[in-house]
Amino acid sequence: MSSVALALSDGAVIAKRNLIKIKRLPEILVWTLISPIMFVVLFGYVFGSSIEIGGGVNYREFFIAGIFAQTVIFGSTYTGVGLAEDMTKGIIDRFRSLPMSRSAVLTGRTGSDVFYNMISIFMMAVTGLVVGWRIHTGVFEAIGGFAILLLFAYAFSWVMAFVGLKVASVEVVNNASFMFIFPLTFVARTFVDSSRLPGPLEAFANWNPVSAVAESARVAFGNTGNLPTPDVWSLQHPFLYTLIWVAIILAIFIPLSVRQYSKAASRG
Amino acid sequence: MTDMIRISGLVKRYGDVVALDGLDLVVPKGMVLGLLGPNGAGKTTAIRILTTLLEPDAGSVTVAGLDVVREPAKVRERIGLSGQNAAVDEHLTGYENLDMVGRLYHLGKQAARQRAKDLLDRFALDEAADRPVKTYSGGMRRRLDLAAALVAEPEVVFLDEPTTGLDPRSRTQMWSTIQELARGGSTVLLTTQYMEEADRLADDIVVIDRGREIAHGTADQLKKQIGGERVELVLEDAADLAPAQTMLAGVSVGEVKTDEQTRRLVAPVTGGAETLRQVLQRLADANISVVDVGLRRPTLDDVFLTLTGHAAEEAAEGSGEPGEPGETGDVREKEAVR
Repeated sequence: MSSVALALSDGAVIAKRNLIKIKRLPEILVWTLISPIMFVVLFGYVFGSSIEIGGGVNYREFFIAGIFAQTVIFGSTYTGVGLAEDMTKGIIDRFRSLPMSRSAVLTGRTGSDVFYNMISIFMMAVTGLVVGWRIHTGVFEAIGGFAILLLFAYAFSWVMAFVGLKVASVEVVNNASFMFIFPLTFVARTFVDSSRLPGPLEAFANWNPVSAVAESARVAFGNTGNLPTPDVWSLQHPFLYTLIWVAIILAIFIPLSVRQYSKAASRG
Repeated sequence: MTDMIRISGLVKRYGDVVALDGLDLVVPKGMVLGLLGPNGAGKTTAIRILTTLLEPDAGSVTVAGLDVVREPAKVRERIGLSGQNAAVDEHLTGYENLDMVGRLYHLGKQAARQRAKDLLDRFALDEAADRPVKTYSGGMRRRLDLAAALVAEPEVVFLDEPTTGLDPRSRTQMWSTIQELARGGSTVLLTTQYMEEADRLADDIVVIDRGREIAHGTADQLKKQIGGERVELVLEDAADLAPAQTMLAGVSVGEVKTDEQTRRLVAPVTGGAETLRQVLQRLADANISVVDVGLRRPTLDDVFLTLTGHAAEEAAEGSGEPGEPGETGDVREKEAVR
C-alpha cells in the first residue's frame, strides 16, 4: 500500500474509534451543541434588538453566518482537546509502537471531527430557522455554503491538533484556544458590519479569514441583502480567499503536527 | 539469525539523569529474558527504546535483526508491546480494541475480527468482549493489553512490568498466560521488580541497577552467586540456643548465627534434606524442642540485596507513594486502584 493509502485507511480506523467514543459518551455532544444554540438565541435577541445592520437585512439573517463560522472554529478546539487527552494516556504508546501510518492518529482525529462539526452546523441551522433565518438561494449554493464552512473547520482543526500535541494538557488547550479564538472570531465580519469598525480593527476584520468564511456562507445562503460589501479583495472574493487560507493552513500545520506527534513522548 | 534482541553499549540520558549507562543484552530466539531491577533502574527506558518509542543517545539496538533507529517501521511490524499502564481504549469494548489493533497491524478486516475473537476466548475475556473496557477489573485490562500485544503474532514480545499493581489472583493468572506464551516459542523480554516473577517466568535474568547490568544468569546461578542453602531453626526455649549452636556447628559449613530475640539459628549447609534430617534427629536426641524448621535457599530478594546493597523494595519506595513501611505490596495495590 502506498503511504497515502495507508494514512487514509489507518486514519479511518482511528476515526471510527473516536466516533465510538462519541456514541458511548453522548454527553460530550450535548454540551458542545447547547452552546451554539445559546449563542444563536443570545446574539439574535440581545444584540439583534439593538443592532441595525442596514441594507435591508434582518440582523438575525446577517449574524447566523458569523455564528456558523465561530462555532466551527470553537468546534476545532475539540480536536486539540481530544489529542491532548490521548497523549496523556497509555494508548498513544500502543499506537506509536504499531506499524501504522505516523499521521493516522491525526488524520483520524481531524476526520472524525468533521462529523462532529456537521452535527453542530445542523443544530445551528435548525435553531437559525426557528429564529427567522432563511436560505434565499438554491440547493447547490446552500450545499456550497455548508461545504466551505466544513472545509475551513477541517483546516482549522489541524491548527488545534498542533496546539493539542504541543501542550498535551486538556485544560491548557481550552484556555489557550479561548485567548486567540475570541479576538479572531469577534474582530471580524461575523456579528457586525466590519466597515463600521475603527481603522486598524476594520483592516484586521476585512482581511481576517474568519470574515471571509462568514461572508462566503452569507453569500451562499443569500443573506447579504443590499448591504454593501467592503471594497477589499478578500471580501470581494470570499470563496477564493477562504480556499487560499485553507491551503496555507493545511500546508503548514499538517507537517508541523505530524512532526510533533512523532517526537512527542507520551506523558502518561 | 538466532538472536532476536541485541543491545550493546546502550546509553540514554534525560538531562543530567543517566537512565541507561552502557547496557548490553542479548536475547536468543525463543527465550524469556527477565530484566530485573527496582524503579528507576532503567527497565522502562530500555523497553521504550526497543519498541521504537524513544531514540537512544548512544549504542546499537537490533530487534529481529533490524536496527531500531534506522528501520523503526519494520521493527514495529515484528513486535508486540504490553506496557505497565494498560494501553487500551477504555471507551471501546474489548472486542473493538483488539479489532482496532488488528486493523492497524494491517491484518485485513476478516483476519482482524477473527483474531480478536480468538484472543478474547484464549484470555477468558469472551464474556466481557462487548462491554466497554472501563467496566473491566485491573486484571482484565491487563489481560486485554497483553492480548493486544499478541494480535499480530509478533516474533518478539515486550512486557513492561506485566503484573505491577495486580492482586495476587490476577498475578497468578497472568503468570500462567505468560508461561503459555513462552511454551509457544515466543521470544519475550519481560521487565519486573518482583523477584518471584523473574524466578517463575524467565529462562535468563539480567539484574540492572542505575542503568547498567550488575548480574546475569539463571535464577539458580544468581542464587548460587550469593551462597548456597541454609538451615533455619526457631527454638521453643532461648536457653537451648547455646547447645543447639554447638550441635549445628558440627554439620554447618560456615558460621552459625543465632538471634536471642527470635530464638532463631541460621547455619549454612550442604547436603540438602539429608542434612536437615540429621539436624532434627540430633535435636530430638538432646530433647530440644523446635517450633519452626526449614531448609532455605536464597531468594532473588537476597540476591538483589547482596548485589546492590539495597533492597529492591526500598528503591521502589523512594520514588513511590509514602506508604506504610514494609508494606510496599499494599502500596502498589493502592497505586493500581487510582
